[in-house]
Amino acid sequence: MEKVDERIMTLNVGPQHPGSGHMRIIVKIDGDYIVSAEPDPGYVHRGEEKMAEYRNYIQNIPHLERPVIHDSCNVLYPYCLGVEELLGIEVPERAKYLRVIASELNRCVYTQYWLAIYGIFLGHSTMFMWPAGDRELYIDMLEKMTGARVTHSYFIPGGIRNDVPANFEDMLLKRVNYFEKRIKEYGAIFYDNPILISRTRDAGKLSREDAIRLGTTGSTLRASGVDYDLRVKEPYDAYGELDIKVNTLKEGDAYARSKIPWLDMLESCNIIRQALQKMPKSGSVRVKLKPNPKGGNDEVYKRVESGRGSLGCYIVSKSQPEPYRVKMSVGSFRNLICMPYLLKGEKLGNMPAVYWSLNYWPVEADR
Amino acid sequence: MSTIAPKFRLSYFIKSLTDNVFWTITLVTLVGLPFIQVMLFYLELPVIGTRLLDPYLALTILADPSRQIPLIKSLLQTELFRIVAFPGFGFAALLAAGTIFIERKMLAKLQLRVGPFYCGKIEGILQLMSDGIKLLSKEIIIPAKADKPIFWAAPVLFVGTAAAFVSLIPAARGGWVVADADVGLLTVFAIIGFFPVITVLSAWSANSKFPFIGGIRALHQMVSFEIPLILSVLGVVILTGTLNLTEIVESQYTFWWIIFLPIGAIVFFIAMLAELERIPFDLPEAESEIVAGWLTEFSGMMYGLVQLGSYLKLYAFAGLFVVLFLGGWSGPNIWPPFPEEIIEEGINVGPITARFPGLPLLDQQMLNDALWFVVKVVGVIFFILLPRGVFPRIRIDLLLHIGWYKLIGLAFVNIFIALALVYAGVLGPEGIL
Repeated sequence: MEKVDERIMTLNVGPQHPGSGHMRIIVKIDGDYIVSAEPDPGYVHRGEEKMAEYRNYIQNIPHLERPVIHDSCNVLYPYCLGVEELLGIEVPERAKYLRVIASELNRCVYTQYWLAIYGIFLGHSTMFMWPAGDRELYIDMLEKMTGARVTHSYFIPGGIRNDVPANFEDMLLKRVNYFEKRIKEYGAIFYDNPILISRTRDAGKLSREDAIRLGTTGSTLRASGVDYDLRVKEPYDAYGELDIKVNTLKEGDAYARSKIPWLDMLESCNIIRQALQKMPKSGSVRVKLKPNPKGGNDEVYKRVESGRGSLGCYIVSKSQPEPYRVKMSVGSFRNLICMPYLLKGEKLGNMPAVYWSLNYWPVEADR
Repeated sequence: MSTIAPKFRLSYFIKSLTDNVFWTITLVTLVGLPFIQVMLFYLELPVIGTRLLDPYLALTILADPSRQIPLIKSLLQTELFRIVAFPGFGFAALLAAGTIFIERKMLAKLQLRVGPFYCGKIEGILQLMSDGIKLLSKEIIIPAKADKPIFWAAPVLFVGTAAAFVSLIPAARGGWVVADADVGLLTVFAIIGFFPVITVLSAWSANSKFPFIGGIRALHQMVSFEIPLILSVLGVVILTGTLNLTEIVESQYTFWWIIFLPIGAIVFFIAMLAELERIPFDLPEAESEIVAGWLTEFSGMMYGLVQLGSYLKLYAFAGLFVVLFLGGWSGPNIWPPFPEEIIEEGINVGPITARFPGLPLLDQQMLNDALWFVVKVVGVIFFILLPRGVFPRIRIDLLLHIGWYKLIGLAFVNIFIALALVYAGVLGPEGIL
């Protein structure tokens, strides 16, 4: 038997805890300091990868976006890119730009949801309500584009499902301008708040070397000073033709990690404006596929920058209508790995700030 | 479920108002008045004029309602009225209920939403009542390993202590206070000292981890903020030379102490937020860290009692701030005087002249004082509620840093300012002002 120190208290934070999400963190505390924190994911495992082996390439579309329904376009993106390469399809130019627009809108919708939860985790109820309300601006636009508010199933191998309605560009431009004005106000109430800064500054510090060594990605990596964004480093679809600024901060603490997604949202507004300018005004948006398409004996790995970082999809095809294996490599799980390192030695009051600043989505990590 | 708020229509609004008035009148006449008449038989009968109020006389009151006036007037002078209605428990509970309503609607407006809307027809004004009924009808679950007597006693003790605090706050001149203690301010701090004890008792007796952490946090917070709270008040005591709250108010008829002691007022206000466990100092109930802190294991009306107690405490602290720094009830006369002709000549309704001997029930001065007191208290409560929409929660080490380091230092600065004012001869017994 291991000798148990009487000073140490074990707390089960989750899965039924207002500050946990769909997972559990086994936290051991000594007074107010965390001795060890062990994340225990897996409560929402749905076997998406196994399910994909029993459905053909088209039937896989709706269920593969379920891991993060708020970011459903981005989750589906690498799968569609992979299948296009397997089947040898070239996507029409207009569809590439519409994909970029949908994907950036979706990134904002996801980040707003994430930010709302970050606000309520820190006890800031206004920061919960404002992003949750402003999300609706882009959800409405996505509804006009795709017909569904959250689970769009918009990207398909060969393009997008349908073209946008008439005078969509003008409506979107108005909303993007208003949205940008709104989220700049978050700075005054949340990011410049002295209490927030004193609370999250230097909390859960992740150095540049550790961030690379632990394999973090997305906003967590960029907050530690690494200039790495797949939209710029490995441009896919129309991203290569757009001018994208990569936001990085040097501090690597919870405050910087929470600020990067907000800056990314502002950058997303710029990207949407650029894409609207450069987009061909008319043209086909979709390549007709044969019914039940088959890939060759081949394998393909594609990755995109999602709201939580690099999101990869590895597809193995064995000349069947169904893929032999679909493996998703998600950003949430990579960021989760550094959580025990960050929480060790922190104060209990910093736990929600550090935990949620990692930009971790429990359902995506479990798949 | 998604329901869209109906559009505001004046006719619906008026109809809902008249509906509420109708039911109020119906209930008062069918239930309220008979109840009062029945209770008259069991009360100790006062002397009206030269005659004992026997049941016969009481029944004649039914024929002439104006004869009830002396009865009501004598009721207003009793201790019971002060404890139950004004300025005691009833008044405080009413203000607390108003506070909850204002808090919800104000936060909703700040956060771009509607807030309570459907309950009670007018802007969700009866939401609190439905919440109360819900809490009453819920099952009370007690943890198996809890220390049951203490666990049961904690919410009751909490409300009792808060009510004792309320009883010390004077609301109007002429002895409108439940307990007019000569060492009123000391008594206040003696009562505030009970809250951490009750919190720790309830947290410990629940025998659960999250309440335990919450209780320890509450103990740290309350004990470390009581010291700046007491020190910040010392300035006022030095200037007035008394601990009696009524006399402290009377010393501010010309100017309020917040003009001379702004630092003390700020320190008192921040320490008050911490004592009340309001955001940004709501660490003992920090949701994302320790579920609901020391309230985690309370369910049903036990939770409701703790909430009632904390809002009574909120009113009492706001009242104390008004009494100490904002001149209590003092203010210009704005309440209209009672019309003399009604007292002397009565009201002419056609051929009949109705006379009301014994009017007015309450003198103009007292009503004016109460009005000013309520206005100031509501203003202070508004500023207590406001940080909830603006600030996130603070961390425990930063909290203790503020309490022990910054606020205590500022409180000493405040004391030196007060002493300087007295020794320079500006204020105090032989002062210029």
